[in-house]
Amino acid sequence: MATSDAASTRARPDGRLASNIVHFARTLRTAGLRVGPGQVLRAIEAVEAAGLRKRDDFYWTLHSVFVNRRDQREIFDQAFHVYWRNPRLLEKMMEMLLPSIGVPASADDQKQLSRRLQDALQPGKGETPEPENDEPPEVEVEATFTVSDREVLQTRDFEQMSQAEIDEALRAIARLRLPVPMRRTRRHRVSRRGARIDLRASLRRALRAEGMIELRRKQPRLRPPPLVILCDISGSMSRYSRMFLHFMHAITNDRDRVYCFTFGTRLNNISRALRNKDVDVALQKASAQVEDWSGGTRIGQTLHEFNNKWSRRVLGQGAVVLLITDGLDREGAAGLTEEMERLHKSCARLVWLNPLLRYGGYEPKSQGNKAMLPHVDEFRPVHNLESLAGLIAALGGPAGPGTDRKLAGWQTELRKE
Amino acid sequence: MPNAVPTSIDATVELLKGGDYIADRSLATVLFLALKLGRPLFCEGEAGVGKTEIAKVLSQTLGRPLIRLQCYEGLDASSAVYEWNYARQMIEIRLAEAQGVQDRRELESDIFNERFLIRRPLLEALQPHTEGAPILLIDELDRTDEPFEAYLLEVLSDFQVTIPELGTIKAAQKPIVIVTSNRTREIHDALKRRCFYHWVDYPDLKREIEILKVKAPGAGDRLSRQVVGFVQELRKLDLFKAPGVAESIDWATALSELDTLDLDPRSVNDTLGVLLKYQDDIQRLQGTEAAEILHKVKADIAASPLG
Repeated sequence: MATSDAASTRARPDGRLASNIVHFARTLRTAGLRVGPGQVLRAIEAVEAAGLRKRDDFYWTLHSVFVNRRDQREIFDQAFHVYWRNPRLLEKMMEMLLPSIGVPASADDQKQLSRRLQDALQPGKGETPEPENDEPPEVEVEATFTVSDREVLQTRDFEQMSQAEIDEALRAIARLRLPVPMRRTRRHRVSRRGARIDLRASLRRALRAEGMIELRRKQPRLRPPPLVILCDISGSMSRYSRMFLHFMHAITNDRDRVYCFTFGTRLNNISRALRNKDVDVALQKASAQVEDWSGGTRIGQTLHEFNNKWSRRVLGQGAVVLLITDGLDREGAAGLTEEMERLHKSCARLVWLNPLLRYGGYEPKSQGNKAMLPHVDEFRPVHNLESLAGLIAALGGPAGPGTDRKLAGWQTELRKE
Repeated sequence: MPNAVPTSIDATVELLKGGDYIADRSLATVLFLALKLGRPLFCEGEAGVGKTEIAKVLSQTLGRPLIRLQCYEGLDASSAVYEWNYARQMIEIRLAEAQGVQDRRELESDIFNERFLIRRPLLEALQPHTEGAPILLIDELDRTDEPFEAYLLEVLSDFQVTIPELGTIKAAQKPIVIVTSNRTREIHDALKRRCFYHWVDYPDLKREIEILKVKAPGAGDRLSRQVVGFVQELRKLDLFKAPGVAESIDWATALSELDTLDLDPRSVNDTLGVLLKYQDDIQRLQGTEAAEILHKVKADIAASPLG
């Protein structure tokens, strides 16, 4: 039961507090948080329930409604402190006064604001409720962004893909059968020759017909496993990278649970960008995100980052990893063996696609290749890398005579060393 | 008798404290809102930070039954919501036929009767309980797959379940729902939007010492302070799995069982397996690195004894 004290500090949803929460939500939305009207209503309701006695409580009340993911916390935190900056705001609000929005940044507030938030606050100037004083609202922000001087960062444009090419690719993808078995799920479907008896269906049948209970059968549903693609985009692989990106885009849009990463000197998760249906938009977004085109390769280090940061999130449920690289490492394969071993042990199947393998006389000579080979389940040559269809055919087809035997031979040899 | 839900954030903090759960203000705020407004609480965080514990403590302090649904890949309605007891139903059909029951319609309504219904956690949580609305803990939701998540969305928004043969069953009292996730995959926004979201973080130094005082009373002040200092340093390192609060508690308990009063490099090395669960992490720390961290922790404590 609310005490009379709580009742007096209660915010009424029709008050100005409500309109301030609406504007705050709009700021968050512009900053990239997904905030809908439903959440605004819920926030008002929550603030009403929690009361307004402490700034901290107010913060966490709004936080619990507007923040849905861990990575939104930072944006929310900054937005909250900028928007509700005035420390005496709460007392003011209790008297149903307007907060003053956009008080110029104080000296102790030189923390860098995120660019998204800056953008969100700037155009919003005219939309926020007018402050009580006549000073024009002003939000001083400092636009800074860092440029890495250690690496030569290049951005790459991609040629556009013709519609015919896209159609061909999609047809090929539909035919693609990865060299991995489908996974059985624990769900079932009715099947005449299933191994298990579907008791529910049998019973319904029995109720309709007299005499013997006719058994219905079921079998587990099959589902393709999650697919994780780790694609090398360093200098030595640059002639193939456009095609690999197209491949990743096509396969991302063809099935669910596909995660794509690129690596060169750093690791980038481009899954979200590639989920865009339009191939040009998707590739543009992906290439804007990736900054280490055609640079060096640090396979060991990037795999370490993948193992630590992502493996537990994307390698569940029997995931298959497709590792696309020539295995030429700039760092002399430092730490590569350990990371490959861990990667191998955390996924159901590790397939290495190596363009070098198409040359007949390939031998695992380089340090990187030697470190990686013992830890792969399958080693795929790619004979025709000029087209997407060629890649898909190579992936889906049999490994080719002798490749499996060769892989086993190399692996025993390397283990001896 | 069930206790009433707390009426303020301060009361929520006290309530949790009564169940030996030292919560920070942010968690208490979210929990209070979830209780007051009757909406699920969605807790995300690393393993071992006390997400599941919240539900257990709530059930204990509020005197409500705890119903737990442990999620796993492929969890489906028959193990989460309800299942018919087919064996008994078949016997019933045979019996009815032996007695010469001719009306199939009557037989059908006899067979699909609540008597033959096996209630799984979600349905159980919707049933009336004498102790008041139960606590429904949906643990490690990230382990299930998307189809189950979608189903759960329906249950959590209306608190009702439809059984084709029986009709719709609506909750007599809304259960108190706590959903946890280890974030091994991202849960869909639609589900999160129906809940109050909270990221359960590692506690700060002060709070963790307080937690140890309650949870590992055998360890002395000095040992607790050192254990927490050491664990907090470990969390700053780039480890495959950083130790959670559960590990700190285990470690402090283990050390006090071994009659350790003061951490030294040897006892750290011998008991590192309680704290770290991956061989790579243990190997990396054992020896000099652990000794260095310990040295730093002791220096810190000497500099600010009350820390």
